[in-house]
Amino acid sequence: MNHGALSRWLPWVVVGLFALFPLLESTFYTQLVTKVLIMAIFAMSLDLLVGYTGLVSFGHAAYFGLAGYALALMGPKYEAASLWWTLPASLGICVVFALVTGLLVLRTRGIYFIMVTLAFAQMLFFIFHDTKLGGGSDGIYIYAKPTMNLGETVLVNLEKLDQFYWLVLAFTAASFFLLRRILGSSFGRTLVGIKVNEHRMRALGFPVFRYQLASFALAGALGGLAGYLAAVQFGFVNPEILSWHQSGMVLMMVILGGMGTLHGAVLGAFAFVLLQEVLSNQAWFGVAAKHWQLAMGILIMLVALYLPQGLAGLMNSFRRKPQVEAEEGADG
Amino acid sequence: MAEAILRTEGLTKRFGGLVAVSDVSLDLHVGEVHVVIGPNGAGKSTLTNLLSGDLPPSAGRVVLEGRDIAGLSSDQISRMGVGRSYQKTNIFLPFTVFENARLASQSRTPHATRVFSRAEGYAEINARAHAALEAAGLGHRAERVAATLSHGEQRQLEIAMCLATQPRVLLLDEPLAGMGPHESQRMVELIKKLTADHAIMLIEHDMDAVFAVAHRLTVMVNGEVLESGTPEQVRASPAVQAAYLGGEEMLHG
Amino acid sequence: MDLAFILIQLLNGLQYGLLLFLVSSGLTLVFGIMGIINLAHGSFYMVGAYLAWSLASMTGNLATAIAIAIPLTVVLGMALEKLLFRQLYTRDHLYQVLLTYGLILVFEELRSIIWGDDVHGVAVPALLNASIPLTENLSYPVYRLAISGVCLLLALALYLLIQKTRLGMMIRAGASNRDMVQSLGIDIKLIYTLVFAMGVALAAFAGMINAPLSSVTPNMGSHVLIICFVVVVIGGIGSVKGAMAASLMIGLAETFGQVLVPDFAGMIVYVLMAVVLVWRPEGLFGRK
Repeated sequence: MNHGALSRWLPWVVVGLFALFPLLESTFYTQLVTKVLIMAIFAMSLDLLVGYTGLVSFGHAAYFGLAGYALALMGPKYEAASLWWTLPASLGICVVFALVTGLLVLRTRGIYFIMVTLAFAQMLFFIFHDTKLGGGSDGIYIYAKPTMNLGETVLVNLEKLDQFYWLVLAFTAASFFLLRRILGSSFGRTLVGIKVNEHRMRALGFPVFRYQLASFALAGALGGLAGYLAAVQFGFVNPEILSWHQSGMVLMMVILGGMGTLHGAVLGAFAFVLLQEVLSNQAWFGVAAKHWQLAMGILIMLVALYLPQGLAGLMNSFRRKPQVEAEEGADG
Repeated sequence: MAEAILRTEGLTKRFGGLVAVSDVSLDLHVGEVHVVIGPNGAGKSTLTNLLSGDLPPSAGRVVLEGRDIAGLSSDQISRMGVGRSYQKTNIFLPFTVFENARLASQSRTPHATRVFSRAEGYAEINARAHAALEAAGLGHRAERVAATLSHGEQRQLEIAMCLATQPRVLLLDEPLAGMGPHESQRMVELIKKLTADHAIMLIEHDMDAVFAVAHRLTVMVNGEVLESGTPEQVRASPAVQAAYLGGEEMLHG
Repeated sequence: MDLAFILIQLLNGLQYGLLLFLVSSGLTLVFGIMGIINLAHGSFYMVGAYLAWSLASMTGNLATAIAIAIPLTVVLGMALEKLLFRQLYTRDHLYQVLLTYGLILVFEELRSIIWGDDVHGVAVPALLNASIPLTENLSYPVYRLAISGVCLLLALALYLLIQKTRLGMMIRAGASNRDMVQSLGIDIKLIYTLVFAMGVALAAFAGMINAPLSSVTPNMGSHVLIICFVVVVIGGIGSVKGAMAASLMIGLAETFGQVLVPDFAGMIVYVLMAVVLVWRPEGLFGRK
């Protein structure tokens, strides 16, 4: 099959297949796949930075947590908030945070950048952990899921498992196609150019900083989308969702899947969440399941050492398509 | 003679205690190739970096069409119409040759920052990229990945990218380095052709090429200008002959 | 607020800062010389504290525990460098981050398996378990002074090692020009192993001597790591001098912050970092 046609149609087929999933009527698996899809958005948003702009952020959980807290704090305490304004407002807060911290962190490069993004995320962690603003270390419950009504009509009922699933799927697909579109545009090509050779981009007249900042803000907004949906799914937020473990986890997803490819990020989210599920399964691993992070840690180290291009890279090496490199920038 | 499009006044760059470029004043005119020669470490590349904004000067002015651009960033200076090529090949290795040129060309069309239309969909940008590749003699290589080009071809791509940004001032840092005789000859022809509507500063060691294209010649030694003038004046200068003792063949080359 | 109270806070801030220096000096040296970002550095601090606790409960004496634990941590550092970190020198920072993140998980789980998830306390050694009275109801513990003294001695030793010895000269040369050092026939691999092991031992030692002051808790490693990142960012990568200045700055800022604005104490260090980033993105003592 032609590689171009494959990459054009395959995502639609995959989305279609996923849409059928709730028909299996398994509460457990519907919830699990919902979580995977949310993580896929999260991973794609980080991939935009790491894989396409060359910015290794180790503080991406900041946006995930910030949007979750925004929902929890903005909505009325015991009634449902409206998604129509809480979602854009939450993403807006993430964009503002990204722009403000971006102005500072983008002054640094390399190791500095990694440390500084981590430190700013950690600053948010302490704000929510140490002050009463967000309920301290216990966090806040979101008693009622947001509503998505048009006038009196309930458009999507988020309390219903499968309706929420479809909404999340729609957001995941929309994020994928939006990012693919953006990355194939002049803007996206500029980002990849910056990743490959920032110095030359500057010499060619590109205001590199502005492009990086735009990418940083977009990644923050999409990371926020994932965090908002996760807060809706789990019904509570606590400082853990801002923690650096969360940032490390999503970075692992991106690399496990194969950075610089959008489908890789989705693949990585799947592989990671399922792996986590399997390793911590007490029925299979008994007492060892309690220490599943040991196996995960070893696995992460192995991926870093022996699978730098991730699962997507592994697939490519089987396919051995010579023009893969040339298409890297546009390929989803 | 018309007003210089770009001139420097007392341009100086210090790295700690080391003075890499000291009080250099020179000017570039459209229709002229100004060649800067000198031994390695004379400060020629540093001078280029000061003009292109890759380095900020420690003192002195760089005046582009009446405006002092010293201290501006390299992207600002590039957008003002000063293009440069690098001594060490500085291209996007994983991209195709065309994408290299297309990116360079795109930088001149700010509306192309539109986020939703395909990057290849802009006829004007593509045409400029293709024209630059043709001019540099790389038209037949457009679809190759840059990393697979020969060294000489990568040098040509370096020039093509510079041309695709449609500069009026060209700063060429040893464009012939590592090129075979045939490629060198073509590059000399290209420089001659570009001279008509560009102001060119050329740093070069190949003396045949230098005397083939130079309208003005500046000799730098230890960061300072030793002599500057027409090629004939420089050849006749006692200071230059003294400095290049035994370098006769170099100057008569 | 009277003078004695301020004096106590000042001493506490300096003592905390000096402790931070022990941890961050290793981090900054490994950054500066090997170009490695090591997220697991905080785990060494945690390992030190747990070693001190378990060995002290076995031997009944913290000093003995430390004497046994230090060689163990040196060996741990050498082994990690030879088996793991050596593979990372030529890799992109991204993979260094990922691998050392995995290493943290491994350390945390091993800690949980070997030592459990409980919070522990370590007794102050009897010899140093005294207080110096300052006013009628304020006094200062001798142990804290002793720690500060030990930290200062180690800092001085580190300074002399780097500035005056042949090994230090090689370390400094290795930071600026790896190929040159290698061409001189100096065994750069050995230097790397030694520097890394020294960093591990310093961080672990900080965990050991601090164990009697703050309880030994499962999350102690990650907290100290992030503060040390801030120290390195403020001081400048690879600069031991910068690490010292930034450590003291942060030690004092956090200590006084907790007294003056307790709600925002956790944020002060990050505000400091932001200010430095605006003013000098390469850090106070960093090279441009």
